[in-house]
Amino acid sequence: MSGHTAAKLAMMANQIARNLALEPEPARAMADHVIAFWTSRMIDTLLTDDDAASSLLPLAADAMARVKAARAAHGA
Amino acid sequence: MGYEHHDYRRQPDFGTPEVRSERHVTCFIDGREVTVPEGTTVMRAAALSGGSIPKLCATDSLKQFGSCRLCLVEIDGMRGTPASCTTPVAEGMKVHTQTPRLQKLRRGVMELYISDHPLDCLTCSANNDCELQDQAAAVGLRDVRYGYAGENHLGAAPDLSNPYFDFDPSKCIVCSRCVRACDEVQGTLALTIEGRGFESKVSAGLASDSFLSSECVSCGACVQACPTATLQEKAVKEIGKPERTVVTTCAYCGVGCTFRAEMRGEQVVRMVPWKDGKANRGHSCVKGRFAWGYAQHQDRILSPMIRESIDQPWREVSWEEALSYAAGQIGRIRETYGRNALGGITSSRCTNEETFLVQKLVRAGFGTNNVDTCARVCHSPTGYGLKTTFGTSAGTQDFDSVEDSDVILVIGANPTDGHPVFASRMKRRLRPNGSKAGAKLIVIDPRRTDLVRSPHIEADFHLPLRPGTNVAVLTAMAHVIVTEGLANEAFIRERCDWDEYRHWAEFVSAERNSPEFLAPVTGVDPEAIRGAARLYATGGNAAIYYGLGVTEHSQGSSTVMAIANLAMATGNIGRRGVGVNPLRGQNNVQGACDMGSFPHELSGYRHVSDAATRALFEAEWGVAIDPEPGLRIPNMLDAATDGQFKAIYIQGEDILQSDPDTKHVAAGLAAMECVIVHDLFLNETANYAHVFLPGSTFLEKNGTFTNAERRIQPVRKVMEPLNGYEDWQVTQELARAIGLDWNYTHPSQIMDEIARLTPTFAGVNYRRLDEEGSLQWPVNAAAPDGSPIMHVDGFVRGKGKFVVTDYVPTDERTGPRFPLLLTTGRILSQYNVGAQTRRTANTVWHAEDLLEIHPTDAENRGVKSGDWVKLASRSGETTLRALVTDRVAPGVVYTTFHHPATQANVVTTDYSDWATNCPEYKVTAVQVTPSNGPSEWQEDYQALSARSRRIAGSAMEPAE
Repeated sequence: MSGHTAAKLAMMANQIARNLALEPEPARAMADHVIAFWTSRMIDTLLTDDDAASSLLPLAADAMARVKAARAAHGA
Repeated sequence: MGYEHHDYRRQPDFGTPEVRSERHVTCFIDGREVTVPEGTTVMRAAALSGGSIPKLCATDSLKQFGSCRLCLVEIDGMRGTPASCTTPVAEGMKVHTQTPRLQKLRRGVMELYISDHPLDCLTCSANNDCELQDQAAAVGLRDVRYGYAGENHLGAAPDLSNPYFDFDPSKCIVCSRCVRACDEVQGTLALTIEGRGFESKVSAGLASDSFLSSECVSCGACVQACPTATLQEKAVKEIGKPERTVVTTCAYCGVGCTFRAEMRGEQVVRMVPWKDGKANRGHSCVKGRFAWGYAQHQDRILSPMIRESIDQPWREVSWEEALSYAAGQIGRIRETYGRNALGGITSSRCTNEETFLVQKLVRAGFGTNNVDTCARVCHSPTGYGLKTTFGTSAGTQDFDSVEDSDVILVIGANPTDGHPVFASRMKRRLRPNGSKAGAKLIVIDPRRTDLVRSPHIEADFHLPLRPGTNVAVLTAMAHVIVTEGLANEAFIRERCDWDEYRHWAEFVSAERNSPEFLAPVTGVDPEAIRGAARLYATGGNAAIYYGLGVTEHSQGSSTVMAIANLAMATGNIGRRGVGVNPLRGQNNVQGACDMGSFPHELSGYRHVSDAATRALFEAEWGVAIDPEPGLRIPNMLDAATDGQFKAIYIQGEDILQSDPDTKHVAAGLAAMECVIVHDLFLNETANYAHVFLPGSTFLEKNGTFTNAERRIQPVRKVMEPLNGYEDWQVTQELARAIGLDWNYTHPSQIMDEIARLTPTFAGVNYRRLDEEGSLQWPVNAAAPDGSPIMHVDGFVRGKGKFVVTDYVPTDERTGPRFPLLLTTGRILSQYNVGAQTRRTANTVWHAEDLLEIHPTDAENRGVKSGDWVKLASRSGETTLRALVTDRVAPGVVYTTFHHPATQANVVTTDYSDWATNCPEYKVTAVQVTPSNGPSEWQEDYQALSARSRRIAGSAMEPAE
């Protein structure tokens, strides 16, 4: 996907992070949300685009790291 | 109960409304013993016992009136001849309905009526379908002793102004049924009896008004109530008396009205609301009642068409060639780019069975979960929010529940325009009824909708919040409820997770969530929020009704959960009169969502990652199902512009006009190699299509729709499909063309498959739907008769879940370039993108989209009503005419999206709900400036449309 899409995905991730920030375990909540609703390709696009990844809020970055770890654990 | 009659007969009329009472009384009518609920009238008891007392002013949809003096009876031990319509039966009462004395009296009354009525029965449009004619026969009228030479009304001029019905006062007997129907059934109070005595006449509004210019909303209740041809459908005049009838379900909004299609040959004569319909209870609106003409409109495309490039004209081909071409393209693209380059969109306008087949085609045939539905752009946050908090993605009540509400909170919904038949039910509860006080009303809406103030109704609180601040207002209400000790702790402890409640209560109690602190954000008077919160929490049974003004925001899902929080905190869940009620926009939004149209869920809202659920489907379908979610519509379009998504099958949906940020939608569609549009008309999306498969209307198919109250209702074919196929058959043929071995011969078999695979539908089948009329899911072993009210003994998810909903402002901000906030919505006479209603006479009420702008903002820009203005945002610009009105607040402008000439979604942005990507239609920063003509986009698009709609060998180009 293009950089434009990666930037949009980063915006989506940050939006999710802001809305789940007050959850008891916000990073886990966001990771669960992304795994439940995003395609693998969307996740890969965001994780592999350095510019997009660097624009993530700390919570979003933490959550995406959890997503990456979870996928690695499942061999994805 | 027959749903199809091969002859024409009126629905039985019991004269006065049904009475509900646990106590019963037994009486004798003409010697026949009859037992009825206490309070039932003699007239109704007679009808229930198989008799028929002559009547004119009485009908069972209206309260008894007692004016025509035709229904007189004699009762043993009672003096005189009481009117049977106003006399309740008593235990042991002996009634005589036919005696020489009564015959003489009735004949005398009828003589007076007929002496001032034209004797043109043979040429009257109501001949053989006229209650006056029937009653004249019933009383044995043979002559009129008074003659016809006296003063009369026979020369009164008819009012032909309404496009659907005429008013001929010369035939009027002033029974007041039309006036009472407008009052009691519709609740508009547009009609009145003007004058007294001989001068009495029915009047629509002021003396200077016609029906068209009056406040009449053309619901048809008056026409249905009229016992003569005074108020008569033009179609009946033009076509003649119907010869057969079929009961079916309306295909407009999510109310799901049941209608009786009255037919002559293959032509609809009229659609009459069916009195036994459990969603509409015999009422209708201007769309369902009258706006069905699109079904036989000349713009219908009836032959399949293909083209290799959208620059080429369409080429009409056989079904075989079109399906073969489409299948070839799908196969090629899958081979070249992989299965995830394919996808599909189901339609909330199509049946459950059709929707189920489309998602099955995508998952089982294309091999991907890239399937989504138009609910993405309307109620996907409802699915997310209610599943998270309650455990199921649906409203909690049936429509009847509103009768037991003491407080009604309407947020982000305009039911008098969007859901008019339910709005009439709601208004009936809001008005005082005899000794029963009307329900209290809270309206949370940036606009002063009609519900805020209408005849005999005034909202106790109208909170005109700034667009985009729903969560802030609801959290402020929660703050009041918790900090003032108004929460229902017993309910919460029993039914909800207490720890989650405490976490939530601590959050809402913070000072930063008080109405006062949030006032600069919401723009709402803090005292009004406090008053509304107290009323909601302490006013008795409190019900929340909401619409797209809740969901179509960047915090749509949060708002739904904030609503659920309020209902749980106050114990307003699990019984009649309360609940959380999403008012669904299209007829089958609920059903489309139920059927597994979302990319992450199979039918019954079960995630694709659940191995046990997948195994069920894999065993039934014989294919492996991808355990990962697919793309949502906006992600499909993003992927298309990135070159990774190449083909789409779109059934019954016009994403180019309905989805946000039109330029982006157009770019996505243009980037695809195969766009298959399956629709009635060459819609806007078809401008970018390569294959066009003609669709069928709801009148031409069998199936089911599920309305906003989870009511599954039969759709029955009333005429043969003009294109030769029902939509489920077309999808099946496409599936067969790509190699799937589908062999359904009737939609009932599809429903049987749905029931096998979907626990909430386990008890649903066509036999039961025919026997019971409708069923409200869940229908299964735990709820064999269905579920009018949900979460009665406990939440579906177990404990109700409180979710902290922090107010997060949208990224869409006003500023110097775009200082106004645009919000969009709909209007009574038009429906969604207008593809249907624009092809009916409804355009007389709304021929174009208008921009509502506050007088102050208009004056600052030198804009007057009727002026052309340019509406611009960071996404694009369009032009339309202005309507200066104080219905919108300063700083807010409003328009509809019914007309492609306007393309209001050129202006809306790609911002969306954080959880579901439901577009943020309700908040766009815009500027409004005077304009002289169409925008560059409008001109370019008009040229593209003209090119794209060419059909090779056709002299006529369909006009969209």
